[in-house]
Amino acid sequence: MKKFIQDLVIVSTHKLNDEFFMVVLTDDPPLPVMNPGQFAEIKIDNNPAVFLRRPISIHDVDYKNNLLYLLIKVIGSGTRSLSLMKAGETLNLVYPLGNSFNTENAEKVMLAGGGCGIAPLLYLARCLHQKNKKTTILLGGRTSSDILRTEEFEKYGEIHISTDDGSRGDKGFITVNPVMKKLNTFDRLFCCGPLPMLKAFAYVARENNTDCEVSLENTMACGIGACLCCITETIHGNKCVCTDGPVFNINQLKWQI
Amino acid sequence: MADLKVTIGKLKLKNPVLTASGTFGYGSEFGDFVDIDSLGGIIIKGTTLEPREGNAYPRMAETSSGMLNAVGLQNKGIDFFINQIYPEIKQYNTNIIVNVSGSEIDDYVAVAEKLNDLDGIPALELNISCPNVKTGGMAFGTSCASAASVTKAVRNASNKTLIVKLSPNVTNIAEIAQAVEDAGADSISLINTLLGMAVDAETRRPVLSTVTGGLSGPCIKPVALRMVWQVSRVVKIPVVGLGGIMNATDAIEFMLAGATAIQVGTANFVDPSVCGKIISGLHDYCSRHHINSITEITGALRY
Repeated sequence: MKKFIQDLVIVSTHKLNDEFFMVVLTDDPPLPVMNPGQFAEIKIDNNPAVFLRRPISIHDVDYKNNLLYLLIKVIGSGTRSLSLMKAGETLNLVYPLGNSFNTENAEKVMLAGGGCGIAPLLYLARCLHQKNKKTTILLGGRTSSDILRTEEFEKYGEIHISTDDGSRGDKGFITVNPVMKKLNTFDRLFCCGPLPMLKAFAYVARENNTDCEVSLENTMACGIGACLCCITETIHGNKCVCTDGPVFNINQLKWQI
Repeated sequence: MADLKVTIGKLKLKNPVLTASGTFGYGSEFGDFVDIDSLGGIIIKGTTLEPREGNAYPRMAETSSGMLNAVGLQNKGIDFFINQIYPEIKQYNTNIIVNVSGSEIDDYVAVAEKLNDLDGIPALELNISCPNVKTGGMAFGTSCASAASVTKAVRNASNKTLIVKLSPNVTNIAEIAQAVEDAGADSISLINTLLGMAVDAETRRPVLSTVTGGLSGPCIKPVALRMVWQVSRVVKIPVVGLGGIMNATDAIEFMLAGATAIQVGTANFVDPSVCGKIISGLHDYCSRHHINSITEITGALRY
């Protein structure tokens, strides 16, 4: 799959809550083909503390209007600089990178995202919807203001929500949402979020004998499989999260679950 | 257009731009961003006799103007390279140089001997400077005697152009360079990464799984320039300069300090298309300064 290095123009940036913001990008030529689960390496200019690009999930692609959506959490200096970018400025992207979620041979699927983990799931939900898959979407956070983009997710499937404090949806961890009791009726579970959450989902998926893919986010330098910095241990040895992933089937990972 | 051709031992480069070992994979990773055939050469990542899994994650820490790595020579071994990679990349119309790494002198020799049969590999870069392995690696490059013995042993085993890559983690780089030259090296490349460390103040833990790692990027450029200058004044063989080169101006600076050719390393991570930009930048510089052959600027520092 061909990769590009391109300057894209910022159409808009807006804050979604205290931590998250959305960047919408466009380009004159049509955007390249991107698959759900892939990411972009974004160059951050004018910040001396930042040297490397930042890997950011493809949140959504609107080919009709030639728009690329990035949902970003402010974690450090680099993402803070990104959050201050303005419409009309350009961002340099190396993309699309990494593998993608496997949407084949599964008719009834569940998507589970916690916190920033919802980022790659919207485009996945859109693609699954286009393929007429029966899609259930489970979103989790600490409190109601953490639950984002529900109106978009609702277009593509049945939504379930969990918050730790019960301020929206079911109270408790996302992994014990009532819909999880039916996990054994699903062909595949796609997860993205904090590592402890992914491991908890992997455990439940294995107990239910449900196929499960997780999207990982190790720190990266190059994003194209050259530096070998972002490795994760697999049954086939160390693999690059940037090129062999970011999506891994849990059967490939050496997690103690 | 100026003539960018340079010569390193028996090696003819169409321009002085090489890619540093461990930063350019096997080349194909960059095929969408750079015309590989336009490069002076590519240096394949550190290859050892046996496969190595490398160090545990985390292996990388970003720093101001650079990064620390502790990859630890993860590679699938020389036989994998010969059987799986070489047939794929030998059609490149550029010099393919293999970076040879090891824990024992015999390992370096064994890898060099296996490469003797590959006509498409005109040169070896001897890595006696990796800071991220427990045995061998940098240990060979920090004393004159050991640097000379590994160089001599590989020299006797190989007729290919032999470039020896030096570690900056020494008190007197010029002495090591002279020892390597006397032992039969055709060229010296420097610098490998500087030994460094990163700490997470919140968790009170080292960031890297190995605690220490190799520092690279523009933050090391002044050290690298100084060492290229010191070494090029005392050896007769060509010097290949590297350490923080991000653009054509940086490359020119290294050549003025004494380098015949340069390597682009960490910059490939920030801009995978940077090597092409550096080559065109060299043409621009030559044209602005009325230089016919880029060889004119090697060591042309005015002081």
